[in-house]
Amino acid sequence: MEQQIIISGTGGQGVLFLTRLLAEAAMQQGFDVLTAETHGMAMRGGTVISHVKVGSFKSPTIGRGKADYGLFLTASNLDVHGDFIKASGKLFINSDKAGDYLHIDATTLAVQCGSQLVSNLVLLGYAVRHGSLFCGSTVMEEIIKTISLPRHLDANLQGFTRGLHYK
Amino acid sequence: MFTAFFMKIQEKGHIMIKKEQRILMGNEAIGRGICESGCFLAASYPGTPASEILASVVEFSKETATGMHIEWSVNEKVAYEIALASSYTGKRSAVAMKQVGLNVASDPFMRSAYIGVKGGLVLVVADDPGPHSSQTEQDSRSFAQFARVPVFDPASPREAKEMVPRAFALSEKYEIPVMLRPTTAVCHARQNVVCEVPRVLDRKAHFEKNPGRWVATPNFLTNLHRLLNEKMDVIADEEDFFPSIVAGDGSRKGECIIASGVAYAHTYDLLEHLGLLGKVNLYKVDMPYPLNCRFIETINDRYNRVLVIEETYPVIETQFLNRHIQGRNSGLVPNEGELTPDVIETVLQTFLDLTAEERPTSTGGKGRRPTLCPGCPHRAAFYAIRDTFPEGIFPSDIGCYTLGMNLGAVDTCHCMGAGISQAAGFYHAYAADSDDFPTVVATIGDSTFFHAGIPPLINAVFTKARIIVVILDNSTTAMTGNQPTPQVGLLADGTPGNQVLIPDLVGAAGVRFLRECDPYHVDEFIGHLKEADRYCRSESGGVAVIIAKHPCLMGKGKEKPAQKYRVTVTEECVGCKKCLTHFECPALVFDEETKRVNIDPYTCNGCTVCLAVCPVGAIVAEEKEVE
Repeated sequence: MEQQIIISGTGGQGVLFLTRLLAEAAMQQGFDVLTAETHGMAMRGGTVISHVKVGSFKSPTIGRGKADYGLFLTASNLDVHGDFIKASGKLFINSDKAGDYLHIDATTLAVQCGSQLVSNLVLLGYAVRHGSLFCGSTVMEEIIKTISLPRHLDANLQGFTRGLHYK
Repeated sequence: MFTAFFMKIQEKGHIMIKKEQRILMGNEAIGRGICESGCFLAASYPGTPASEILASVVEFSKETATGMHIEWSVNEKVAYEIALASSYTGKRSAVAMKQVGLNVASDPFMRSAYIGVKGGLVLVVADDPGPHSSQTEQDSRSFAQFARVPVFDPASPREAKEMVPRAFALSEKYEIPVMLRPTTAVCHARQNVVCEVPRVLDRKAHFEKNPGRWVATPNFLTNLHRLLNEKMDVIADEEDFFPSIVAGDGSRKGECIIASGVAYAHTYDLLEHLGLLGKVNLYKVDMPYPLNCRFIETINDRYNRVLVIEETYPVIETQFLNRHIQGRNSGLVPNEGELTPDVIETVLQTFLDLTAEERPTSTGGKGRRPTLCPGCPHRAAFYAIRDTFPEGIFPSDIGCYTLGMNLGAVDTCHCMGAGISQAAGFYHAYAADSDDFPTVVATIGDSTFFHAGIPPLINAVFTKARIIVVILDNSTTAMTGNQPTPQVGLLADGTPGNQVLIPDLVGAAGVRFLRECDPYHVDEFIGHLKEADRYCRSESGGVAVIIAKHPCLMGKGKEKPAQKYRVTVTEECVGCKKCLTHFECPALVFDEETKRVNIDPYTCNGCTVCLAVCPVGAIVAEEKEVE
């Protein structure tokens, strides 16, 4: 199993949390995993990206045009990070507009769940639902239960489930 | 923090060993390595990309019954000196910082190479090629070479952890400080890492007096220098540090690639992707300085085409004294910027004579620039400063508040503490020309003030500078993850220390004008600024200090307080955009259709400061009903 995934968004949207969830899920399934993240000043509302590499890689960074999947919490980031995805790759986009990608209006659904902050979980659920990611919904739910802060757990699970059962 | 893990079964001979694995960030892996090495003391000052190292030492040290001494020191120089003395007593000690932190700690660092250590001393210096979050992309391996100290260059979190005990052992064997130099890509990578049990060494502090060594007046230093040089020669001959090889199949005779750090990891993955792993000899350097002397001979004797890939300066490359090596000196590897896989791919294609693979074309989007958080108290302070002194000069400093440049209220940012000295420098330059000098307002955060702001404040008072210093006191070190300051009074492990108060320090520095104010109260704050300016220009005037005090909204573990106000924009808005350019709150959004500003209710935190910004009073707030 080798998969290269990027998560693109804006500081504060929970890109790092999704990165951790995917990394823990990979380890839980016995895969080696490496991730790369944006920290520091760039996180203050700026554009951020995380890389997740599942399988026997040595480098934590994904080259341009080499990612299998892209999870975009901010649709406009396609302009900045879209070229990480290889031609045969798949895009999961938080957007209410259709395009050359798989999309879900994660922000609106998250607000319906009670918190805009779980739009990251909605998008993750939607991507897992597609079935081609390295991990399934059962493992991911377990990981969400394990690493969520207790006060966020219910909202996180609700958001994930909403994305998972979309349409 | 580190809750999820599982048991991986590794096969070792016939014995099945169960090892616990955890997902660790590079910095956490280093913290883990420090705890697994029986280290007794760890000191640090936060700075991206090194900030998480000390916090993880706090976390992991809880797994043993013996307490370590773990501290956020006021700056890197102090941190280094604390760890150094602790090592004199025979106890293993560690100190962690970012690369520019070593500039601050360079004084004790340079001399410690001569004087040496007793208990192992490991200095973790996190470099930031790129740079992503720093004022330079300097290579600390060059600093190690300058000081004549061995340095390890890890390629991954796993390796960073494994190198910590190796560094301690080497440090004790030769009684010399040893540097571990991760880069941002390693510090902020996460990886599944096998964890050992944290160790406690049975050592009691014992400082053996030896003035010839620990005091080492100039008389002793030539000899100490000679001993240092001899140590380095022996270390360069240690078999353990002969680089490992992924051997080629002989099809590319006379050619090899040498890499270290995360650049090795990128190179390895790229060669695999290109189908060239196992075709060309690939060497991995763990210790870039001193480079193994037999390795230097091997490379110079056996190869006629050599490519060296390393970050960020040609440290390995230059030790070969071989003009034919391709790398930074030959211009094949770019001499600036991070060596991302994309950059290395192009280098490999040239060196190995490959045709370039097609990459998706970039649409060239730049993304959104970082900005102060909605409701950030710094924004209010910056707005007031710029609005009060439109012709002022605004030196600033290192922290979240550097983003005040977006509001036109930060004119310089140089290094920790420079804002106050630069303010005095500006004043003296202008004051020499005429009595009508511009108002100079320096801004500095509370943590930066403790770090390097006090000596320049004393200096400014002493030299009769007429400047305003605004200390942006948000009761935390915000940019790096909310580490406590001496004024907050909490130690690294969360227990109370002895509080040191900023107003006391300001008074002790000889400042005769001091006001404190919550910058959310914009009118009051502007009143203090105007009064401060009058004081500066008065006959007996000098340095005026205003402490802008309001806690950071991003404090760790803090549940955000319920918003008291709903802020909206009325039809009175004339679309002048003053709130966008002078206040730059992410919650303020210009609607191109109505040509009016709207407030994004999800982003707005209800601080209501923008009400004071709007020149026509179109921004209004109503009290929310308590849910």
